[in-house]
Amino acid sequence: MEKAEILERVQTIFSDILDDDSIILTSETMADDIEGWDSLTHIQLIVAIEKSFKLKFTSREILTWKNVGEMIDSISLK
Amino acid sequence: MSTITSFKSFKELKGNFKRPSNIFPVVKVSLIADTASPFLAIALKGMAIERGLTLELFESDYNQIERQVMDPGSELYQFEADLTIVFQSTHKFLEKFNKLKPEERKCLADNRIDFVNMICQNIPGKIVYYNYPEIDDVVFGNLANQIEESFIYQTRKLNYDLMNLAQGCPDLFICDLASIQNQIGRDTMFDASIYTSTEMILSLDALPLIASRTMDLICAVKGYFKKCLILDLDNTLWGGVIGDDGLEGIQLGHGLGIGKSFVEFQQWVKKLQERGVILAIVSKNTESIAKEPFEKHPEMILRLEDVAVFIANWENKADNIRQLQSILNIGFDSMVFLDDNPFERNMVRLNVPGVLVPELPEDPADYLEFLYGLNLFETVNYSTGDKDRTKQYQAEAKRALTQSKFTNEAEFLKSLNMVCEVEGFTKYITPRVAQLTQRSNQFNLRTIRYSEGDIERIQKDEGSHCFSFTLKDTFGDNGLIAVVILKTIDEESLFIDSWLMSCRVLKRGMEDFTLDTIVEYAKKASYKKIIGEYIPTPKNEMVADHYLKLGFEKMDSQFLLYIDAFKSKNYFIKKILKNGKG
Repeated sequence: MEKAEILERVQTIFSDILDDDSIILTSETMADDIEGWDSLTHIQLIVAIEKSFKLKFTSREILTWKNVGEMIDSISLK
Repeated sequence: MSTITSFKSFKELKGNFKRPSNIFPVVKVSLIADTASPFLAIALKGMAIERGLTLELFESDYNQIERQVMDPGSELYQFEADLTIVFQSTHKFLEKFNKLKPEERKCLADNRIDFVNMICQNIPGKIVYYNYPEIDDVVFGNLANQIEESFIYQTRKLNYDLMNLAQGCPDLFICDLASIQNQIGRDTMFDASIYTSTEMILSLDALPLIASRTMDLICAVKGYFKKCLILDLDNTLWGGVIGDDGLEGIQLGHGLGIGKSFVEFQQWVKKLQERGVILAIVSKNTESIAKEPFEKHPEMILRLEDVAVFIANWENKADNIRQLQSILNIGFDSMVFLDDNPFERNMVRLNVPGVLVPELPEDPADYLEFLYGLNLFETVNYSTGDKDRTKQYQAEAKRALTQSKFTNEAEFLKSLNMVCEVEGFTKYITPRVAQLTQRSNQFNLRTIRYSEGDIERIQKDEGSHCFSFTLKDTFGDNGLIAVVILKTIDEESLFIDSWLMSCRVLKRGMEDFTLDTIVEYAKKASYKKIIGEYIPTPKNEMVADHYLKLGFEKMDSQFLLYIDAFKSKNYFIKKILKNGKG
């Protein structure tokens, strides 16, 4: 799957979970850039992404992403 | 009080926060856990809104159970919750287990039970304690079943001992997390990667179910629970249509095939009935034909004597359920309606708000497992007297018929030959008294809920005066129908802390009889006045003018009766006093 396509799907998931349609993600987006993206909603986002893409992240991945780009990289490698 | 028909997702529960919930009754709850619990807290609050309650929640930082319980000045005690949820996880239990020497491991369950017991002694209010979903560390493989120092052995022993402990602690309620894991499986219950990164051990998918099960308990403690199961007949209690297929043609009975599912479903219903759930039939049928299987079919589990009210006609079901409500005198929100037909379900849902109408699976083979998952009939009380309820309601249906024959009400009341037994709270009736304080919503002046433990304390308290009333008449024994608790305020005045009565005995003169009993008692003990109070709830409007009708004078927010000025009214109930009451 193209990374752009993944980004688009991830963005939809973010909008849904954080209940905010105005969210626009780029590879560089970090948690601090998005209102409501805290350590708790992070878990919700992970679980939703796992379900949507039918994959499972390792616990190491969950803890090491610095931005959306790295998250997308993880997804594209699965 | 609405209830679940299926479980919302965690996200939807969280979304509930946006719904206006400030109109709902508030319950103060503390949550103490040995793992991180913010998601559990969110799920609980969201589920509470789903049930029409607002949770005011105190959540302690995780892994502070000991400190919160041992330190008398802790936030937990300052918060003064009605109810405390204690969540000690199997994970942490395993961690403790791992640190022990092999020979010490045998005692781990016992030690934990001592700790839980200590919690119960210290934390005021009700306690909801989660039991332990199993983790099999397979160190002993299958042999663990016979090795006391294995982890599985200790976990199962602990769960068993918790049940025993709860039998002796009236304020302790076990919330069955282990049962939820049995239902959804360990893989759904637990997410290892989330646990590793967050210390949270319940998966997002399991949380709605856990929150629901917990709220079932909290609602029941608060007096919101289901009392009546309304059943359709054709394709709900048996396969086929009795009017078309006839007695031999309906599918019902053991052996292969769908008839077996209906037998097993009926056995479940029968157990509920034996537990005290009121059973009613509402069916579109000709009555005599509808009753035939109950009377003649050899494989029928349910018989006519199990059914409190049997309504079979061609009217619409919404009207029939309204009629049923007027006979039983219980709220619509304490009724559950099961029907295989989606049209009837929607009809009832739309026209009789409050009645819980679960979707039923299309295949009757799935009915039971589906219903097991919903836990519709949560209760926090069980007494053997519950079984008699069906007879009481059957008698009530007969009384309703007889009453229509008498034009003169006094004549009718006389003909009932009512005898009322008045006594204090004895050990024997304590569970039923507690239960009545929790079940009565309509005829309840102050709606204070008491547990069995509370009732025992009140009974021993010198400043409290307790009365229980049981009523018999020509048609049968109504059992315990009223409870009054008086408190001494000073040498001259008694305050009516609780006055509640079963709606089954409305309009019989019991109100006058009860007040007479109170006044006689007060007179003997040289009190001069009696003070009553009405605390409105959404359900007790019927007693808003109770004290005025009885001759009390309004005084600010309370009502006052001078004993010297009291005039007894005419009633037709004979009094029998026990335990020197009166």
